[in-house]
Amino acid sequence: MTTDRQNVIEVKNLVKKFGNFIANDHLTFEVKQGEIFGFLGANGAGKTTAIKILCGLQSPTSGEIKVAGFDVYHQTNLIKRNIGYMSQKFSLYEDLTVSQNFEFYGGIYGLTRKQIKERTAYFLKKLEITHVAGKILKEIPLGWKQKLAFSVAILHHPKIVFLDEPTGGVDPVTRRQFWEMIYEAANDGITVFVTTHYMDEAEYCERVSIMVDGRIEALDTPAGLKQKFGVNSMNEVFIRLARAQSAEQ
Amino acid sequence: MNKGAVILQDITKSYKTVKALTEINVSIEKGELFGFIGPDGAGKTTLFRILTTLLNPDTGTATVAGFNTITDYKAIRKIVGYMPGRFSLYQDLTVEENLKFFASIYKSTIEENYHLISDIYRHIEPFKHRKAAQLSGGMKQKLALSCALIHKPEVLFLDEPTTGVDAVSRMEFWEMLKKLRSQGITILVSTPYMDEAALCDRVALMQNGHLMAIDTPDAIIKAFGLTIYAVKSNKMFQLLTDLQSIQETEAVYRFGDVVHYLNKSSSFDPAKISQHLIKAAHTEIIVKQTVPTIEDSFMLNMRKSDSFNTQGNDN
Repeated sequence: MTTDRQNVIEVKNLVKKFGNFIANDHLTFEVKQGEIFGFLGANGAGKTTAIKILCGLQSPTSGEIKVAGFDVYHQTNLIKRNIGYMSQKFSLYEDLTVSQNFEFYGGIYGLTRKQIKERTAYFLKKLEITHVAGKILKEIPLGWKQKLAFSVAILHHPKIVFLDEPTGGVDPVTRRQFWEMIYEAANDGITVFVTTHYMDEAEYCERVSIMVDGRIEALDTPAGLKQKFGVNSMNEVFIRLARAQSAEQ
Repeated sequence: MNKGAVILQDITKSYKTVKALTEINVSIEKGELFGFIGPDGAGKTTLFRILTTLLNPDTGTATVAGFNTITDYKAIRKIVGYMPGRFSLYQDLTVEENLKFFASIYKSTIEENYHLISDIYRHIEPFKHRKAAQLSGGMKQKLALSCALIHKPEVLFLDEPTTGVDAVSRMEFWEMLKKLRSQGITILVSTPYMDEAALCDRVALMQNGHLMAIDTPDAIIKAFGLTIYAVKSNKMFQLLTDLQSIQETEAVYRFGDVVHYLNKSSSFDPAKISQHLIKAAHTEIIVKQTVPTIEDSFMLNMRKSDSFNTQGNDN
């Protein structure tokens, strides 16, 4: 791994409070260009709140946070232009065709007609779905939709793509194809910020952070985390950390 | 003779042009914890909706506790509990009001069957005056399960109860199910998480409306038939493509921090893997024989059924 890559996400002491409730408690971390960064945590640990802040959808209570070089307090529009986002829930338009979905999102991100045409052709070919370009989304198999949603999320070649449980409910073969696409995007210089409940996918990340109760309790490479906890899988690492917390309550 | 708690015979169901279920045959014993394992679109929800009498099949017959799902639907509704995939309780009623409501429509009370739900309900009882809408995901799940159990059903249907739930909460949920089974309730549960199959008495592996295999998790793994080698090297990214070029390769895929390698030949010598990788300039090579999991089995079954149907997908 090269160490001279630039930081594209810089978070220092991020705090987010809702009334008395502290959703994010002094988060500090960096993510480098082209890195695949796994953002893990139990339900309710505060992941979604942190992602919303990083995407410029919500203001933090305090902290210094820069995403793609822009400040999350004042430059949220610039942030939005430089990121892609895909959520666990399918985010494309079901009653538009495959091509129309590309066209629509390409337009939103300000690509020219020519760029949209080229990028659409590129992704259709890569996914081997050129023959269904004119079909409305409702009619195409589920396994393809997830890959399509990812392609749309990186259509404008963003600096960072946020993937919120992108593989939930996806079959094991498609899940692996999806991860091949993630690797390709990262190779292409796009930083991938991903959440998942599949612990084998945590092994595919370059570095992983694990949030417990609003705080980042661990952050390292999967190998480093397994070594630190003296266990053989990321599942065991996760259970150690999250169990310790539920025992406290 | 055990007449079976749930029996499906030649069940087929289509939505317009999409075949959701194709000739489903399975018999589930009383007291069994039975899992339908498969991704979104496998047909799990359609199957559960047929068994809970919310949907009629196009052809075939299904019975629950001996009652026919079409002619005896009223009898079935009294004896089953159903937790749908989407949270379906009343958001503007409190925790306790929801539970009371479900008890009363079955002419029961919370007190009557409290012993059944106490282990689960205990966790949310401190919040019993909170509105359901304000509960966290984990608490909603516990409330939904309590509501599905409060009339002491004979058969419990849980449609993807752990989807989107973290690894620890999933473990806790399965511990609750094991306790319920020991109370004699037949439990049918669906899940896209392959690792949960190991926790069921028997499972059906489901894909595109077909049941690809029905058996105990152990038997499914025993029937795998091929040897799996777990391979590691210094170049994990290239490992996939480099292994692919070994003669008679059946499959190569990532599996956590290793790559799983399968060869078609029964006389395959694993030393070939290292030799091949050394030639391709890999170092730190580790090759170990490993035990198949349900996920390995699922993928093998998917490849088999893909070669039968020529629907032309990209797998």
